[in-house]
Amino acid sequence: MSRPVTRLIGQGVRYATKLRGGGSAFPGLVMEKLHPNFVPEELAKLPKGVVVVSGTNGKTTTTKMVVQLLESQGLKVFTNRTGSNFVRGVAAALLGEMNLKGKLDADIAVLELDEAHAVHFVKKVKPDYALLLNVLRDQLDRFGEIDTTRRMLAQVAANTTGTVVLNREDPRIRSLAENVGSETQVRYFGLSEKLRAMFPSDDEMRSAGAGGEKKLAPELPAASVVLKDFTGTAANFLIDGEEAAGNVNLYGVYNIFNAAAAMALTLEVMGEQADRTALLRELAEITPAFGRGETLSVNDQTLQLLLVKNPSGFRLSLASADARDYATMIVINDQYADGRDVSWLWDVDFHSLQNGGVSMVSGVRAYDMALRLEHDDVTVASVNEDLEQALAEFIKKSEGKPMRIFTTYTAMLAIRKELSKITDVEEIS
Amino acid sequence: MSKENSSEKIIAQTSGLSSANAQKIESVIPEGQQSVQPQKSDSEQTIPREQEQPERSSSEKTLKIVQLYPRDMNIYGDWGNTLSLSRRAQAHGYATEIVDYNPGDTFPQDADILVGGGGQDSGQTVIQEDLHALAPQLKEMAENGTPMLVICGLYQLFGKEFRTIGGDNLAGIGIFDAVTVGGKERLIGNIVEESEEFGTVIGYENHSGLTTLSGSTRPLATVTKGEGNNTEDSYEGARIHNVIGTYLHGSLLPKNPQISDFLVEKAAEKKFGSFEKKQIDDSLVEKARASAAARPR
Repeated sequence: MSRPVTRLIGQGVRYATKLRGGGSAFPGLVMEKLHPNFVPEELAKLPKGVVVVSGTNGKTTTTKMVVQLLESQGLKVFTNRTGSNFVRGVAAALLGEMNLKGKLDADIAVLELDEAHAVHFVKKVKPDYALLLNVLRDQLDRFGEIDTTRRMLAQVAANTTGTVVLNREDPRIRSLAENVGSETQVRYFGLSEKLRAMFPSDDEMRSAGAGGEKKLAPELPAASVVLKDFTGTAANFLIDGEEAAGNVNLYGVYNIFNAAAAMALTLEVMGEQADRTALLRELAEITPAFGRGETLSVNDQTLQLLLVKNPSGFRLSLASADARDYATMIVINDQYADGRDVSWLWDVDFHSLQNGGVSMVSGVRAYDMALRLEHDDVTVASVNEDLEQALAEFIKKSEGKPMRIFTTYTAMLAIRKELSKITDVEEIS
Repeated sequence: MSKENSSEKIIAQTSGLSSANAQKIESVIPEGQQSVQPQKSDSEQTIPREQEQPERSSSEKTLKIVQLYPRDMNIYGDWGNTLSLSRRAQAHGYATEIVDYNPGDTFPQDADILVGGGGQDSGQTVIQEDLHALAPQLKEMAENGTPMLVICGLYQLFGKEFRTIGGDNLAGIGIFDAVTVGGKERLIGNIVEESEEFGTVIGYENHSGLTTLSGSTRPLATVTKGEGNNTEDSYEGARIHNVIGTYLHGSLLPKNPQISDFLVEKAAEKKFGSFEKKQIDDSLVEKARASAAARPR
């Protein structure tokens, strides 16, 4: 079959799928069958190449930041921002961005790839840049072990041709420098000494929690962007040693650290042409990605959706705001995309929720969550496995307080759908 | 998306013992708050987690719970087991003291209950030497009736040997008459099993090692949904003396308090000569069990 015909079929399927609703990767699946080299061939045409963003936590938000920061530098960026971070998701996104003549109007591609899928992707497409964020315990029932996840990312690092940007604070990521080819550059982003204690790795979490037994800090490589300090949303960075102030209007300390990652990558792509003023100006404009702390408005009150999927992420999310200021709901599902094993909930410390308690617990595993909270002596006002009912009751009883919902992935999709009936929810195509 | 995800097949590389990972556990649990009555806390979270020093009247009976290798063998909510066991013991009227034992520490001779979890290959290697140095003591304690719960990675190492898929032979400490052989695929999913001693046991399994029991070691339970010790027989876990080995996470004890009760009962009988079982409201546990048992494999 000729290429334009293949592509037009794919675009037709994408259009039809969109009309039907849902299934963001399905058109990509069709393309994969009809024309397996579609993605590599198209991406190879981009003048500034391909960026892969991977790691277990914060990929979606960081990818969004990288896209906006590169756009602030005048580049046209192609991305798979629907959150369908699989090879066929990339194909589907490509189809959406092409005009009917099959031309992709972009300078660079920035792709969020799930670590397991990144391995498949780099076999087909050697990225010019890789931004590798972290290896935190995440959905182990899917990948088996975090050391396995690290090995997957090592393959991404090994297949990157230009520059690999690494988180120097995560020992499993930092050590990926060993896997990088001799022609490839390595750059780092990092934290100041002062902030390091706020971001314990999985390995350090227990001792960090204990407040004692400090491990000897390993010799850390110099970082091109360091998050030096922050107060609220105002952050101070060190860019190649020079102080730079910026604002990050996103929920959670980890997002401010992700901003350092996104800046390091952007500066690497732009090189000498980098416009730092534009970069820092754009930084303040970044809004949360799909479900990653996005704020909706419900009955004149704010409602934040906070995606949770592993102990470290949940822990940081809890630590990011004072529980007393919010009405809190937690929704735990156990589909594949959520992590089918709910054991991870037992490695999150919920004591901070004792202040104010939890208004509502829902989801398929609502009772597992309620049992977990009981073990930390957190008061739970209501448990209802039926999400629709639970959400309505939660909103009704929040009594003018700002609301926040900690939710696993599939539950978040369901919540967004439900909320779209009563408020504006960004359309995800 | 979830639909697509579930059809994606990813076979994790599984060279190792156990189900994996490491180290962490989030535990800024201020120990005072594990005491019997729930506290309305206005207290801050900054209380460092020292070894628990319960301040209780001298008449209160204390059980010492030792968590084996929490730094290297701790995944899938092993802290949940320790926490749940401690609370259960408190509900039965005992004070508890939780002690972490990591490689190189002085082993607490007066341990009343031992709990240990799974680890990654890297974690297994780290503890291997220490575990073997400790083996004679652990064996003696097991034979003398000290209750123990070992899960996944430590369950395997409590057997006689583990032959990895990479061809390595790791010696176990042989409390269980069990041999584990590394398999190509991970056995992953919700699991439900029936035990003569404990009734229905519910959890989640995730392991590549295939374990076969022999001799005087009995299985913990017969699997009704899931795989269990291996893909051949329908047994799961191991039982000898007052020692329980199992592949179940979940965490295991919060949803299976009957096993906590057993561990507390055996420890109390051994230490104080008697155990008085208290009635505990398990209504929330029952609901969590019901929803977990109804989940697809």
